[in-house]
Amino acid sequence: MQAAIARPFLGREFGAPEQTGYRSRLCLNAGKVDSTESKACSTRRESGVGWGSLPLRFNVQGRWNLSLLEIRNVAKSFGAIRAVNDISLTVEAGEVIGLMGDNGAGKSTLVKLIAGNFPATEGEIVVEGKVCHFHKPVQARAMGIEVVYQDLALADNLRASENVFLGRELKKSIWPFRVLHKQAMIDRAGELFEELKSETRPRDLVKKMSGGQRQAVAIARTRLARAKLVLMDEPTAAISVRQVAQVLELIRRMKARGVAVMLISHRMPDVFAVSDRIVVMRRGGKVADKRTEETTPEEITGLITGAIRAA
Amino acid sequence: MPPDTEYSAAEHAHIADVVHLKEMTWLRSVLTSQAFWVTVALFVLVVVMSLTEPSFGTADNAANITRNFAPFGIMAIGMTIVIITGGIDLSVGSVMGLVAIVGGLFLTWEYPWYVAFFMGLVAGMLCGAVNGFFVAYVGMQPFVVTLGMLAIARSLAVVVSQNQMLYKFGPDAPTVKAIGQFRWPLRVASGGWAPEWIPELSVQFWTMIGLGLIVGAVFIFSSWARHLFAIGGNENAARLTGVPVNRIKFQAYVFCSFCASIASILLLGYNGSAINALGTGYELRVIAAAVIGGADLIGGAGTAYGAIIGSALLEVIRNALLMAGIDSNWQGAFVGAIIVLAVLLGMQSGGKSIFAAAWERLKTRK
Repeated sequence: MQAAIARPFLGREFGAPEQTGYRSRLCLNAGKVDSTESKACSTRRESGVGWGSLPLRFNVQGRWNLSLLEIRNVAKSFGAIRAVNDISLTVEAGEVIGLMGDNGAGKSTLVKLIAGNFPATEGEIVVEGKVCHFHKPVQARAMGIEVVYQDLALADNLRASENVFLGRELKKSIWPFRVLHKQAMIDRAGELFEELKSETRPRDLVKKMSGGQRQAVAIARTRLARAKLVLMDEPTAAISVRQVAQVLELIRRMKARGVAVMLISHRMPDVFAVSDRIVVMRRGGKVADKRTEETTPEEITGLITGAIRAA
Repeated sequence: MPPDTEYSAAEHAHIADVVHLKEMTWLRSVLTSQAFWVTVALFVLVVVMSLTEPSFGTADNAANITRNFAPFGIMAIGMTIVIITGGIDLSVGSVMGLVAIVGGLFLTWEYPWYVAFFMGLVAGMLCGAVNGFFVAYVGMQPFVVTLGMLAIARSLAVVVSQNQMLYKFGPDAPTVKAIGQFRWPLRVASGGWAPEWIPELSVQFWTMIGLGLIVGAVFIFSSWARHLFAIGGNENAARLTGVPVNRIKFQAYVFCSFCASIASILLLGYNGSAINALGTGYELRVIAAAVIGGADLIGGAGTAYGAIIGSALLEVIRNALLMAGIDSNWQGAFVGAIIVLAVLLGMQSGGKSIFAAAWERLKTRK
């Protein structure tokens, strides 16, 4: 799986499932599934549609570059309720996007679509040129998308290091078994907490931790893999002022390393402090997508409440 | 990553000052564990009984006690695994009955003993698979599913056995009995080497020890067990982090039934006969043993050692009451009180067991 991500986009790997409807008659081996590809994602060339529709552009080094994430006309319905309606959005590497909106605006649903909790009803999610149909969070994670959930998704009865490595434990071989490599996990978790400048010890039980420490554990989890995009759902909602500053600093550090962050928050100052772009959602639709320096908290508030229709 | 960032002892002290949370040392984690306090209670009980009742502290009585609680210990290990996931298995007693009857039937039909044992295991694990399927993949309440299995397996055992006791086993009857009544080490009197003071421990006991060691090692070293605990702690979090929750829950129920099947087969061999009422009411004793040993019914806590020590305590209390000449009708009252007391001892208050907290309060008062 990792190999599939690291491989540069060649534009030659066909594997579009039939239901996407993009099989081209120009492609000789169209429909032949590349075995190295992830089941959830497929690379394709849209022949006949033209190169312009591919998310290809030059990056700073002058090489072909793909948008890290491109959401195209995505919609999600739960029965009669349309939680997300026709949203398009691109995220570039190293970009911090503030996703804002009132309760029920569809932020969480959009995040869950990207994180792979459920597939979209309409539209498509393209990660580095690969059309993805996520059904499980693991599939999104395999594509370099990590999530810090609002409830942090921690098991209280486990220690900090055990939570950080939950689901992807390090192992060592003691013939003929593959056993947990506890010391390595404790050391690595310690390093991650150090990086986050958090007063958290890898051996402590999460049950006994403060809100900020728990946040650190959840964030440390995203730092394990080489995440390309980290979705953070209200990371600053339940922690102290000092810890908010730490989390914002961490977001800046991730940005500096080329990691894109999508920050879902109600806290205007936090979003303005770190974001490059602010996307505002209202009633399931996108009403604004503005560069942070070109907007003001007042305008964003207006957009969220509906006082300003669109911008 | 910088390789030189190591956590020194000084830094730990510093963090403890900031967050007011003492680091869990080996000693602290032992002192806060319920299994430890139950072990202490068991030890005290054994010492007191040995001093007051001469017939209690004999090697024969030790062999007797260990043979009696071993099937419960074996089942409590399986039960602990299910309880760790936040579930419960009420069907273990009935599964025992069904396994004994299936094994007994194959022996009656003059199949070799290994075929009979294997078919018994298959029948038991099928029950576990049905439990696991409905709990893990259909998402039903474990209590309801296993309550259903409790009735179904017992009923099947009665139907299949035509409500008869099976004892006319074929040519392999002596082998079956030899397995069920195997003891080690043998004393000189029974043709072995061991001196008089060593108890002749039963095959049930050794199976329990072996199973306990295996499960204990799995708990310490495997990611499977870590996922098991994560499911009990926060099932949703486990799912989101990519833990195969359904598969592990399914396996937990199958393993629990496997343990019940092993216990049943060993009892079948020991008795030399199969009755469909085998294991009636055992489920509550097994759950009690697991809970006394520190399994948390909410999920996320429990040890193999605790399961064994919990069942040992229950049996020692029962035996002690008999030895002390107390009316056997009092057993229930004592066992019930012990269950509550054990959980009270192991209860956590501010990171300490209630016992440890009370002790510390006494110390500071002086």
